[in-house]
Amino acid sequence: MSSTSTPGAAAPATAGTLALTINGEARTVPAGLTIAGLIEHLGLGGKRVAVERNKAIAPRASHATTDLVDGDTLELVTFVGGG
Amino acid sequence: MTSHADDSWTLGARRFTSRIIVGTGKYASLDETRAAIAASGAEMVTVALRRVDLASGAPTVLDAIDRSRVLLLPNTAGCYTADEAIRTCHLARELGMDEMIKLEVIGDPKTLFPDNAATVEAARVLVKDGFTVLPYCGDDLITCKRLIDVGCPAVMPLAAPIGSGLGIRNPHVLKIIIDEIHAPVIVDAGVGTASDAAVAMELGATAVLMNTGIAQAKKPVLMAEAMRLAVEAGRKSFLAGRMPMRAYANASSPLVGLIE
Repeated sequence: MSSTSTPGAAAPATAGTLALTINGEARTVPAGLTIAGLIEHLGLGGKRVAVERNKAIAPRASHATTDLVDGDTLELVTFVGGG
Repeated sequence: MTSHADDSWTLGARRFTSRIIVGTGKYASLDETRAAIAASGAEMVTVALRRVDLASGAPTVLDAIDRSRVLLLPNTAGCYTADEAIRTCHLARELGMDEMIKLEVIGDPKTLFPDNAATVEAARVLVKDGFTVLPYCGDDLITCKRLIDVGCPAVMPLAAPIGSGLGIRNPHVLKIIIDEIHAPVIVDAGVGTASDAAVAMELGATAVLMNTGIAQAKKPVLMAEAMRLAVEAGRKSFLAGRMPMRAYANASSPLVGLIE
């Protein structure tokens, strides 16, 4: 899997938001989100998604208790068709 | 290798009746994917791991796969290093689908030939980490032996480049691998049409894996059925034991009793 992200420096966070890089793109999300909260926020609640946070796998059991930090880089992956 | 009276075969904790494994890429739609898998009779299908499409809420390939009948085989397609492949396998494990994984460490983007050395190293690490590793590898006996030595329960040598449809380019080497590797040999990559699948099975392969050969046929669902029949025919042909080839003729009708 390619580990290069689309360059696009995250904009500096304003109060009450976090500047994250998600799947290579800069995104601003509300501050205080956990990984689980982010998954819901992105409309992926209930979908089977694996999460890497700053290049380390974030196990599903930790999603509800892991707070996101300004500048975090996340990869959200799932299965797609392939040979 | 365990074989059974009903010609089913085992891999890890699984017993398979079907000797065709299909990929899920390149289909025109999820409906076509679903129909092709069903027509093929495959009991195991490959999938890839990629970023979630955050823009679209569309159903994914998992919606096309009946997991009560078909085992998911995540692949590490797109990985060019052992580390990338190992990382991908851990993500597959995190997604809860890691019963078996198809290991691919590619050496070159134009040919998609495997980096055999990196594949062996990745396999060594993954096996130690409890994965059941089905490695896509070159049609090279020594690589296959090394993969078995590091604990892979099977090998998956290519017949021709991925997506090339060139068929069984080196049957002599594949036959050697099948004869010398005492574990399932699954021919993976290069099968372009049904007769290719039959040839692979007649060489003695345990199973055949194809994706593009079905997905890029003009009528994929019909080709999936053809592949299923070809794998069955090739297997029966192998078990029946073909006649020897001869340089000269050997009459089929009696030479005696000819009228004069």
